[in-house]
Amino acid sequence: MDFLQPVTWAEALEAKAAHPDAVPIAGGTDVMVGLNFGHLRPALLLDLTRVADLRDWAVTDGAVRLGAGVSYARVISELGDRLPGLAMASRTIGSPQIRNRGTVAGNLATASPAGDAHPALLAAGAEVEVASVRGTRRIPIDDFYTGVKRNAMDGDELITAVHVVPPSGPQQYSKIGTRNAMVISVAAFGLALHPDRRAVGTGIGSAAPTPRRAPAAEEFLAGELDSSGLWESRAELPEATIARFGELVAAAAAPIDDVRGSARYRVHALSVMARRALTWAWADHRSATQEA
Amino acid sequence: MSTPTRTPTGAPEHLTGPGSGGVGDDAQRPDGVLKVRGEFAYGSDLWMEDMLWGVTLRSPHPYARIRSIDTSAALATPGVSAVLTSDDVPGEKVYGLELADQPVLALDVVRYQGEPVALVAADHPETARLAAARIHVDYDVLEPVTDARTALGHPTWNQVHDSTAEVTELSRESAHLHPEGNLVRHLKVRTGDPAPTADVVVVGEYEVGMQDQAFLGPEAGLAVPAEDGGVELHVATQWLHVDQKQICSALALPPEQVRLTLAGVGGAFGGREDLSMHVHACLLALRTGRPVKMSYNREESFFGHVHRHPATMRYEHGATRDGELVYVKAAIYFDGGAYASSTPAVVGNGGTMGIGPYVVPNVHVDCYGAYTNNPPCGAMRGFGSVQTAFAYESQMDALAAELGMDPVELRCRNAMEEGSATPTGQVIDSPAPVAELLRRLEAMPLPAASGDGEVDLRDMPGGVSNTTHGEGVRRGVGYAVAYKNVAFSEGYDDHSTARVRLEVVGGEPTATVHTAAAEVGQGLVTVEQQIARTELGVERVVVHPKDTSVGSAGSTSASRQTYVTGGAVKAACAKVREQVVARAERLVGRTVPDLRLAGGAVVSDSEDITVPLADLLGDDVLEETLEWRHRPTEAIDPETGQGFAHVQYAFSAHRAVVDVDTELGLVKVVEMACTQDVGKAINPQAVVGQIQGGTAQGLGLAVMEEILIKDGKVRNPSFTDYLIPTILDMPPMRIEVLEYADPHAPYGLRGVGEAPNISSGPAVLAAIRAATGLPLTRVPVRPEHITGT
Ligand SMILES: Cc1cc2nc3c(=O)[nH]c(=O)nc-3n(C[C@H](O)[C@H](O)[C@H](O)COP(=O)(O)OP(=O)(O)OC[C@H]3O[C@@H](n4cnc5c(N)ncnc54)[C@H](O)[C@@H]3O)c2cc1C
Repeated sequence: MDFLQPVTWAEALEAKAAHPDAVPIAGGTDVMVGLNFGHLRPALLLDLTRVADLRDWAVTDGAVRLGAGVSYARVISELGDRLPGLAMASRTIGSPQIRNRGTVAGNLATASPAGDAHPALLAAGAEVEVASVRGTRRIPIDDFYTGVKRNAMDGDELITAVHVVPPSGPQQYSKIGTRNAMVISVAAFGLALHPDRRAVGTGIGSAAPTPRRAPAAEEFLAGELDSSGLWESRAELPEATIARFGELVAAAAAPIDDVRGSARYRVHALSVMARRALTWAWADHRSATQEA
Repeated sequence: MSTPTRTPTGAPEHLTGPGSGGVGDDAQRPDGVLKVRGEFAYGSDLWMEDMLWGVTLRSPHPYARIRSIDTSAALATPGVSAVLTSDDVPGEKVYGLELADQPVLALDVVRYQGEPVALVAADHPETARLAAARIHVDYDVLEPVTDARTALGHPTWNQVHDSTAEVTELSRESAHLHPEGNLVRHLKVRTGDPAPTADVVVVGEYEVGMQDQAFLGPEAGLAVPAEDGGVELHVATQWLHVDQKQICSALALPPEQVRLTLAGVGGAFGGREDLSMHVHACLLALRTGRPVKMSYNREESFFGHVHRHPATMRYEHGATRDGELVYVKAAIYFDGGAYASSTPAVVGNGGTMGIGPYVVPNVHVDCYGAYTNNPPCGAMRGFGSVQTAFAYESQMDALAAELGMDPVELRCRNAMEEGSATPTGQVIDSPAPVAELLRRLEAMPLPAASGDGEVDLRDMPGGVSNTTHGEGVRRGVGYAVAYKNVAFSEGYDDHSTARVRLEVVGGEPTATVHTAAAEVGQGLVTVEQQIARTELGVERVVVHPKDTSVGSAGSTSASRQTYVTGGAVKAACAKVREQVVARAERLVGRTVPDLRLAGGAVVSDSEDITVPLADLLGDDVLEETLEWRHRPTEAIDPETGQGFAHVQYAFSAHRAVVDVDTELGLVKVVEMACTQDVGKAINPQAVVGQIQGGTAQGLGLAVMEEILIKDGKVRNPSFTDYLIPTILDMPPMRIEVLEYADPHAPYGLRGVGEAPNISSGPAVLAAIRAATGLPLTRVPVRPEHITGT
């Protein structure tokens, strides 16, 4: 196994173009597991950790541009206010060691249905910036996940950054695991309220072949909030609305039975998480007005 | 009876004597600093310049006939030195702890997924693995038998109220997996009225999943061929001499030519009592003439050692209206998997202690161990008692509910005490403070209710995964008490050997303790030092490396080493001390009745005598070796189970407090409290450590730890999906250690390691039941069991 270690982004892209089979490695928290289990036997590893450009985040055009090399630990400590949903998701990931090494870009490239960044990115409406020697493009998060552990990147492309607009409203993230830390999700749910756009964002994890949104639930809730003037009045949400939202989120799932949980449980858990997340988010929305 | 000493919350100052490092002190571990610094060499760190790497090819099928094995492509791989199959085993081709039924390498049939079929030695582990993948094995795949009762032809229970606890017909037995049939052992306990009746009867069926020892240092060892045609094996194990015996038999070599040294052991919990890579590495080393290292990775480790027996159990308890137990009937099935391992002894424990530490006049227990095509099961901490405790303690709660009685009250009412008879007719002749353990737990303050003040997610079920801020959360409290035999039972000649040397090194009197007792992390090396310090009055005690150049110490299991090897070290020290005192008396020229050893000298309290050992011994070396035995036990009657089966019992009780998110089925254990009688805490800090660790392992089985098997295949052979508790799952503990001396044991001590592993899980289960109001008859409890989805 050979090892390439570019120090500039241009070199990295050239290396990837020259060796499309090279496996990029960032935090290595997926790659090294694959190597250890013998599931992954690449001829070439492409180490991206020396590329300084990837390690930073910045706010450009109103959005946070999160470099591909930024660890979860930094998302939590530096971006908790700007990207609350993603920070909450990051907090649920692995252990301190994993959060120190692991990256959102690595999570995206792996594109596991259980990846914890995905529901938060889906709810927030993120965009993935990918690049190759051919140029740069932005892939809306909705188009990024194409199948079980598959994504929309081409063989010569690398992830440069993720763009997420800081929210105008509250966000929540919940994940079920069968132990209280360091656990792969059995089901996960991300929620973002976008009062500025009068929209609702959702994301579901571990309950379908890919991470996905629950569009019917989003439309239903946005419609209810609109028609009852709740965005502005910030009155209490009717119980029936909360319950219906939970049902619609659960209905968007297409889970399977596996060692981590049953399909029925996943559907049930999603409805509970969705109801609770909405309750908390709405309480935040209401208290935001009192502060204002 | 001595007054008990107590330790609050894991801080054992109250038990600790003056810090001379003797018996009763929190003496420092000799290996502690190295381990904390990451400098301790474990089995997987063994290394020699010219060594080869050995790997194992394992069966992918739970049950198959081997038509042929073609090793030619593997042998032709550059870098490969040897490829071996069962044809290359020179001696006995099968081995086993109690019954020799397990092939060193598969013969004509494989009986479980992961059974070793062939071995490869190569100059690089990757080369060896690639070569192993090139071995072509032609299998005729057979239908596996994956249920213990099916294997025995016993009907499955589907109705709780079908009152046939006794199952006799063996009409629909599956295909025989072994020539003698699928029954490994059937133990019967019969006492009192065979057809008892009672005012109140509760019947329950329970199931315990397969737990893994999950020791953190996978199996590893290094075999070095010796000039005398023999082999030296450095291996992480639990019992050097039983390994040696089985290796000799497989290699057809005498014990002098098979020399074992203990490598650094990263945990054991029973999982290293059976052989793993031992014979394999020796075979490869002898064939190639080179040192051979074998070191499993985590996934292979799941296939490389036995697990805890899964169990299905049916219990019927009868009691009077005022809560006196009248009878217990139980049918207990242990799935032993493909080979016997220690199933007979596990059945022995499960059967003889299967109704818990209660006095019951009429008992009818049938305990079975069966062969199936599931992974072999054998020793694991708690050994047959962990499974039954879930059942009998659940029954006690069910009975209490039926009677409208407090569960602790019901237990205390029926609790064993000193002088009680066990269902096997054994009168308990040392303290048995069962009721006191429970009452002390009850008296401890309860933790504050959740949701008081600001929500800290880490205190919530689900933790920082943010699934509840208190919604759906209900608290439950549960109690359980358990007992467990210490040391080997049923007439086994259970001894240990100690060699103790006293000499002056660099002017300082120095004792050397040499035993073959495996240090597996529990701290026996510290205990050996402490005993020698106390008995010989010296400070410097060297623990000789553990090897087979001294006699057997027996197994590091069954909570027995501090008792049995501790007893041997104590006795050997006493003999050395006799020699020293005799010398001193010769020097003084007369008999002084109260001569003793202290502070590196022979001293008398009545007279002004102080003879420094340095002067007394000069260049002489005093050495004694002896075998030490606890009082004998006896085999039990095969029809009634009656007999003096167990030398000592350990008692512990737990109170668990849990918060359950009843809507999502997630559990947060808020606090575990434990009371345990240890007779005498030789090292209080180590005692508390054992209680904490045992509690965590029991909690793990109650809420998460299970090897999931489908059609004989393991679905989660990694720590990704075999979950063990993290720091956010294991709560703070309250611990009270009682010291009621057992007059039959050295220093009055009781084995410590297993009891807390037994009572912890049932207490957690009881607490979850209390929180949810659900019957919950299976562990581990999964979220689905609570939500009903
Ligand atoms: C103990 C443990 C616990 C874990 N717990 C969780 C958890 O709770 N939740 C969760 O979601 N995940 C978890 N993971 C998985 C892993 O940590 C995450 O998926 C993480 O986001 C991977 O990031 P990384 O930087 O380590 O990726 P790497 O392992 O370096 O790479 C992952 C994949 O991304 C590719 N890649 C990396 N960077 C780029 C790039 N810039 N462009 C293109 N491709 C790239 C790699 O080639 C590889 O395919 C856990 C892993 C471990 C070992």
